[in-house]
Amino acid sequence: MVPLNYFLILAAILFSIGVIGFVMKRNVITMFMSIELMLNSVNLTFVAFSRYIQNLSGQIFVFFVMVIAAAEAAVGLAIIVALYRNRESLNVDEADRMKL
Amino acid sequence: MELVLFFILAIIAVGAAINMVVQKHPIHSALSLIVVMGTLSLFYVMLHAEFLAVVQVIVYAGAIMVLFVFVIMLLNPHAAEHTTRYGTILKFGGVPLGLLLLAEIVVVVQRSVGAARPASALAGTTEAVGRLLFTEYLIPFEFISVVILVAILGAVVLTKREL
Repeated sequence: MVPLNYFLILAAILFSIGVIGFVMKRNVITMFMSIELMLNSVNLTFVAFSRYIQNLSGQIFVFFVMVIAAAEAAVGLAIIVALYRNRESLNVDEADRMKL
Repeated sequence: MELVLFFILAIIAVGAAINMVVQKHPIHSALSLIVVMGTLSLFYVMLHAEFLAVVQVIVYAGAIMVLFVFVIMLLNPHAAEHTTRYGTILKFGGVPLGLLLLAEIVVVVQRSVGAARPASALAGTTEAVGRLLFTEYLIPFEFISVVILVAILGAVVLTKREL
């Protein structure tokens, strides 16, 4: 049986890699994928706690997080496509104005 | 035995996650992220969350990442480089920042949780999760369907030619 803190530390490592990716990358799609990685690592924390506290509510929360992630991906990628149409670039440094 | 499996999967997951950050082209990052999601699905099986393991593969690897790969191939972007001075600070500051965050989380986890082990088996089967979802969490479930509807409308409106 794997102890709980192993799962938590693995989730922490994945979350930190997501943070590093989000801070270091300038490509908006890669930054978006880093956010997905962070969401996934938090899901792992939820499931691990759900198992060790013996309460299924954590798994329901993960289900809701997945639904929100799907909605976020659809809207976010639509924004990225609109951004690329207007600026011909996916570099976030160039998307620094609210107006066109 | 289970511990060995855990470590093998953990090494694959962390390696793929690091590869996602290191790769220059977004399509390589996307494929690495799919590997991470697959290993997370196997972790859910180890934690007896079978329903979520299947949903993880279907929704994340099957729907969200396909959308990502589709958009990457549609736009065919080049590797974005840092162009501003602020961006250069971020490029070299990112790794220390992430490691600091990791150290903080590890300290908190080790102090508060310890090596807890489960008392008995609790299976997150489709039946158990579905029963909870349609009794105790029925109202959030209905609201989340409205969120999905709004997201569909938002995506359709945003990708129209004339905004």
